[in-house]
Formats: sequence, structure tokens, C-alpha cells
Amino acid sequence: MTTLLDVDNLWVRFPNRSGVFDAVRGVSFSLGRERLGIVGESGSGKSLTGRAILRLIRSPGIVEAGHINLHGDNLLNKSEAEMRKVRGEKISMVMQDPKFSLNPVMTVGDQIIEAYRLHAKASKAEAYKKSVEMLEAVSIRDAERVMKAYPHEMSGGMGQRIMIAMMLIPNPEILIADEPTSALDVSVQGQVLSIMDKLVKERGMGLIFISHDLNLVSQFCDRVLIMYAGRIVEVCKADKLHEAKHPYTQGLLGSLPRFDAPRDRLQVLTRDPAWREAPSVEARL
Amino acid sequence: MSDAISIENLNVWFGEHHDLFQAVKHASLTVASGASFGLVGESGSGKSTILRALTGLAPQWEGQMSINGTDLTHKRDKQFYKTVQMVFQDPYASLHPRHSVDQVLSETLQLHGFKDIDNRVNKLLLDVGLGPAFRFRYPHQLSGGQRQRIAIARALAAEPKILLLDEPTSALDVSVQAEILNLLCDLRAEHGLTYLMVSHDLAVVAHMCERAAVMRNGEIVEIIEVADMRAGKTTHDYTAQLLHASANRVA
Repeated sequence: MTTLLDVDNLWVRFPNRSGVFDAVRGVSFSLGRERLGIVGESGSGKSLTGRAILRLIRSPGIVEAGHINLHGDNLLNKSEAEMRKVRGEKISMVMQDPKFSLNPVMTVGDQIIEAYRLHAKASKAEAYKKSVEMLEAVSIRDAERVMKAYPHEMSGGMGQRIMIAMMLIPNPEILIADEPTSALDVSVQGQVLSIMDKLVKERGMGLIFISHDLNLVSQFCDRVLIMYAGRIVEVCKADKLHEAKHPYTQGLLGSLPRFDAPRDRLQVLTRDPAWREAPSVEARL
Repeated sequence: MSDAISIENLNVWFGEHHDLFQAVKHASLTVASGASFGLVGESGSGKSTILRALTGLAPQWEGQMSINGTDLTHKRDKQFYKTVQMVFQDPYASLHPRHSVDQVLSETLQLHGFKDIDNRVNKLLLDVGLGPAFRFRYPHQLSGGQRQRIAIARALAAEPKILLLDEPTSALDVSVQAEILNLLCDLRAEHGLTYLMVSHDLAVVAHMCERAAVMRNGEIVEIIEVADMRAGKTTHDYTAQLLHASANRVA
């Protein structure tokens, strides 16, 4: 498989009153044309890893890495202006909560058209047509009406599909989805995921799927990285997730209530301090 | 066993005049004393609204609701809040950001007319597995799971018999969810509580409850034993759909 993205020894640090807090501690992985899942508890550094790739971490946060190569081109050496060319066009990101990531004072249509016209030379009329098509591609009925609506008029599921449409319209090579469905109902979750799955497959994109939902990731992804305290503790094939060896992964799996296998008590994670210190596992292809 | 909660033909509305919206339509259910009952359905199906109508947070309702055999009117008395307490969905929003844990709990205890507040605060903290060390912390110094424990402690302060749980773990990680669900199980056994629990996660409801009502568009479409639900013995298509969606979420 060809490598689209290669991240080497990534650190994200935040200075605070009592020293420096290391949120991501030396993570290395690569991404091909596949669906890569990143799972872990909140605070394990999974979202920051996604943001660091797009260089979205602002001062005083510090990002350090050997390299973050996109087709062999180091993103860390790029200027802000060059980065803006990468964001959206090469790598785009679907954020967790559509309520906070769509512009509340712009119509949905204007936002999507803006996203398209920033990267493609197109007339307004073309961009409008393309945006409507894109909304239809994410199964929004009545796309013309949605184009004129404001984000607050949309439900959570629709908002998230609009986000996905907006992120996919510049036709990026890599999509980073940060908990794209955790704010949604199970029934809507399914819809949103299958839309993403279809688009990713059709366009041959690389997908980084960040989630805390292990079952979801094991069904949806090809490969999974499990993060704990800023490090990768285990890498496995998604369909083999249930055979995971690391006690942390096993603990996470055990803490889920199972529909098919009822239990009186759920297993509670007991954290071993050694997990923090164990070196990060490389997750290269 | 008598019924702790009984709801007959409940209708709830929001808004007024042309904006009137009926959130719950002709809902009926009963929960036996000491039982745990689940409400499932997608968002907007009216499951939280039933809890809100019970606690008096949704004033426009019609029908019959009774707690331990006493009919509820539109005005609730002190005795009601000593019997019924609610735990809210989002522990980040349901605690006052500028009140310490001590203030939150002792104010509640005072309102319920308890005298030995100091002892009770410590006992409540122990009950929810936190301990006195957390007493003088503010919500921002607590993790999500710890906050939810405080919210549960606050609900337990009145020594209620019935807890209404509105998605108590949906804002939490799976590992923390397991801790909170275990805590709720323990508390139920210890204090002989009755639970009415709302969740969109069927696995959580199946874990916690014996019976559940499935809701859609404000109506209860089916009341089903959890054992039947696990066996896939559903009588309504929508329940089957919901089961299918939660089992294979990637269609």
C-alpha cells in the first residue's frame, strides 16, 4: 500500500504553571489508502494527534516531530500560507460537534460554496451546483432548502452530514474525522458512517477515524491504534480487536455492557503505572 | 409489589398557540417498586420529556401520574422531592461552576431540612466512592466521572426512593461509564431504589433494567422485557430496527 502520510515521533506539549504537560508523547504512524482508527479514553491525546497533523495547535501549545510527511513533503516546514493550501485541499477534518464548528451567521450554502471556491477556480453558479450535488451525496433530501438554511435550523445529524459535505467538496486525499458520530443517535450514526464509508471508498481516500467507541471502530476501520496517556500502546487489525493483547485494550473492551452477553457487574479498568512508561508502539505500514 | 411510578395516558406539550408541539402522546407505563425501567428511542422521541413531566419541569401536561399511589398535581410538595430525584445528562452543565462540592451538597441537605449536615456530606461522598478529600473542590477540578458522582450524591441527599436518570453516562468514556453503572447498581441494592432510566444506548439499558419502553415520535410503541429484547422477540418493527441499528452500526 502506498503511504500517504507519515508521522514520526510526534510530541504535543503545553507549558503550565507547574512545568510542561506532555499531551502526546512520541507517536509514530503512517497512513495509506485505508481506514485507520484511533481509540482511547478522553485525555489520551487522540484528538490532539489529529489536530497536530493539520498544525491546528496554537501557541502556547508546542508541536514537535521528526517529520509529518505528506507524500514525502514535510508539513512542519511549511509557512502558514502554504498550510492553508493543505487544509481542505489535501487533508480535511470533520470536527466533533457540528453545533460549534459551523458558522452560525452564514447560511449552509454560503459556507459550502466558500469551502469549494477557496480551492477550485469556479464561478458562483458552478459552485452552487456542485454544493447541491455534494449535499445530495451525503443523503440530504431537499438540498436546495438546506442551502438557504442556517446551521441552527438543522438537527445534529444533518449538521454533521453538512460538515462532511463541506470537508469532502475540495476532494481531499485524507480525511480526519474526530468523533464524527458521538453526538448522534445510533440510527443516525449508521447513516452518517455508511455515507463516509462510501465516499472514502469511491474516492480512494485515507481516513483517520478518531473515536472512543471500540465496537464502532472494530466494525468500521481496517487498522486501529490504541492510545493511552499520549502514547500508542497497541496496534491491531480492526477485526482482530477482540483478540487484543494489551491489558488496557482488554480493559476497555471489558468495560462495555454487552447486549448479547449480560453480566451482573461491569469490569472496571485498573490502571498500571507501567503503561504510561512503556515506549510508544510504532504503527507504520 | 406495588407500583412506584404509574403513568396513564400522559400528554406533554411545549410552546403555545400556533407553536404548540406535542412531545409526548398518550404514554402509559408502570414501574414496580424496586424495579429498574428503561426508556429508549432516538433523540426527540420524548423520553427525557417524560422524566421532566414527572419532576415538574414540563408544566404543560395532561393525564395521570402517580408516585407510590399518590396522584401528582401540577404543584409538587416537599414530600415529592424527598421521594423522587433526578440525575441529569451532562455533568459539565448540571453543577454550578462557582459552587464547591461542599456548597452543592450542604445546600441541598439544608433545603431538605436535615440537621447533621457535616456528617451527611461526608457520608454522601463516601456513598458515591469519592471520599471527604473531594469536599472542597470546585467542578472544574473534577473529571467528568467525578462530576457525575457528585450529581448522583446530590440526588441521593434527600434519601429518595426513586431516581430518574436522564442519560447518566452518555457524556462519559466507556471506562468511566462502567464505573458509574456499577455504582448505580450498588446504590440500588443498598438503598432499595427504583430507577427510571433514559438512554439511547440499548446495551446500557439492557444492562441496567429489567423492562424497557421503546419510544418514537412521542409515542410508546412497545414495552418489552429486556430478556425478550436480548432474544430478539420484538412485537414492533421499530424495536427490531433499533436493535439492528445498534448491533451493526455500519450498514
